[in-house]
Amino acid sequence: MTDLLTVDFMQRALVAALLVGTVAPMVGIFLVQRRLSLIGDGMGHVALAGVAIGLVTGTAPVLTALVAALVAAVVIELLRTRGRTNGDVALAVIFYGGIAGGVVIISKSPEGTPANLMKYLFGSILTTQRTDLYLFAGLALLIALTTWVLRPRLFAVANDEEYARAVGIPVLPLNIVLAVLTATTVVVAMRVVGLLLISALMIVPNAASQLVARSFSSGLRWAIAFGLVSSVGGVALSYPLNTPSGGTIVLLAVGLFVVTAVVTGVLARVGGRRHDVAERHEHEHGMECGHPAVPHGDHVDYVHDGHLHAAHEGHYDEHGAHHHEDSLAGLDGGSAPDRTTSTRGTRP
Amino acid sequence: MLMRSAPLVPGDPQAADAVVALRGAGFGYGDRPVLSDVDLTIHSGEIVAIVGPNGSGKSTLMKGVLGLNERTSGSVSLFGVDSGDFHDRARIGYVPQRHTLSASVRATAEEIVSTGRLARVGWLGRLRAADRQVVARALEVVGLTDRASTEVSTLSGGQQRRVLIARALAGEPDVLIMDEPTAGVDAASQHVLADVLERLVERDVTMVIVTHELGALERLLTRIVVVDGGRIRFDGTPQEYAHARDQVHHDHDSHHHDHELDGHASLAHGPFDTTHSEGRRP
Repeated sequence: MTDLLTVDFMQRALVAALLVGTVAPMVGIFLVQRRLSLIGDGMGHVALAGVAIGLVTGTAPVLTALVAALVAAVVIELLRTRGRTNGDVALAVIFYGGIAGGVVIISKSPEGTPANLMKYLFGSILTTQRTDLYLFAGLALLIALTTWVLRPRLFAVANDEEYARAVGIPVLPLNIVLAVLTATTVVVAMRVVGLLLISALMIVPNAASQLVARSFSSGLRWAIAFGLVSSVGGVALSYPLNTPSGGTIVLLAVGLFVVTAVVTGVLARVGGRRHDVAERHEHEHGMECGHPAVPHGDHVDYVHDGHLHAAHEGHYDEHGAHHHEDSLAGLDGGSAPDRTTSTRGTRP
Repeated sequence: MLMRSAPLVPGDPQAADAVVALRGAGFGYGDRPVLSDVDLTIHSGEIVAIVGPNGSGKSTLMKGVLGLNERTSGSVSLFGVDSGDFHDRARIGYVPQRHTLSASVRATAEEIVSTGRLARVGWLGRLRAADRQVVARALEVVGLTDRASTEVSTLSGGQQRRVLIARALAGEPDVLIMDEPTAGVDAASQHVLADVLERLVERDVTMVIVTHELGALERLLTRIVVVDGGRIRFDGTPQEYAHARDQVHHDHDSHHHDHELDGHASLAHGPFDTTHSEGRRP
């Protein structure tokens, strides 16, 4: 690993990976929430046209890609709001037009070799220039700050757009901001992840995080953690393995998702066996049910005829007898001796 | 021939306590009005049910007041201000009809309720300690304090409704507009929900409840407005409503001729008779 850090281009690639791994899942969680998981993919397609124009005209491809992606972002969001019927088809036309235009224009440029095209499409650790890195760092900081500042509002709009509109939250401007953040992320991630795989780094870490998270804020933290492990790990691995960095990063992210799914699945099964459902209830425990409330770890239990009830997915779980802390361990065995069989209709 | 019930709007429409005032208003989508010629004034402190069968236009009326669809005619004023110039939308608490809350990503009840506070905080949207207290109180009013950090998709249907009510309350609104708060909620939860609404009544919250069944809510109401066929058919107190309904039922029993029911048919096929919907319109 110390070897890796001494190589100049590796340092740059790792810094870029750090930036991308943090920023992509931050923006991605709102795309997942709005069920727009594939929109980043489309913006990547359009960004390729921007890269091509940059290569042909001799301008920095990063800048032209940024301009193309930003224009696409605004047009897409306006189409989504205005066009009621054929918005979906219009998006497809823009996306495929972008990538087809990109491929054709690049072929006319002196740098338009298949190998060069592959680097842009699937990422390469060799392509991050020093000047790019400053721009990426600036853009990443801008994305992270904007997302952090607007997070409550972006969450509200993505959670319930109609409600947000009714209470006067500026829905369209916020959606355009999210589209612009997505486009900017696409460009920042272009070098290391590649234009065809960028969307994966926005979405896959979130897919994994949703398996473990219990709230939106913990979901965001887990997604950033998964994103960082995938992007930095993927770049580090792609050097000794001599593989395209984008593909390596995304495979690592998918691997993390699969492992997380298996682990949470197994844990749920083990937990399910220990899980002991209480008798049917005629009422709902709460402030006014008359049953004493007892804090128990991260939740509240209610003392119901000497044993503890905890709310769980529309029913109540037995959390053992009251005043017997050690009786919780007894739940593994499946039957605590002091559990009453029926207390139906015991509403005080 | 349809009965054109005379507008039974009490008092002066320009009265200071008018929360919502509609004058000859029509609403719809595009240029097709679903609802037309509505005169309705709702005063502070009233608990109004807007009832009618599915497709009657009651949801269109509600969305029109909220500014979520297009107004095709007439005028709407909110708190005495024309709706076009009305920007303090946080004063209106909207409780939409939702079957699931945030199914795409995980979120806790508290996180959802906090979004209701955003309209009251600066554009940065940061909640201060005082705002968090308001959110906590809103959860308390709906009896979900102990579920604040529970992931919302694991809550029951009735509890999710209460999360939505708490979200609206977090904005400290002057009126609550609720869309079918009891639809699809089992009987036990309906009673909990009615208790919650009763607590709000005690706090003098003005409420507009759009519903196709009065059910457990009837005892709370001060006024019932029946919407059918895109128009207001009845507007009066629950007693007047019960009286009008009995009359129609009496007619119905003695004649058994649909065409003789005339406009009263719309009452007969109000929320209590949702199974009979044929022959309602001429």
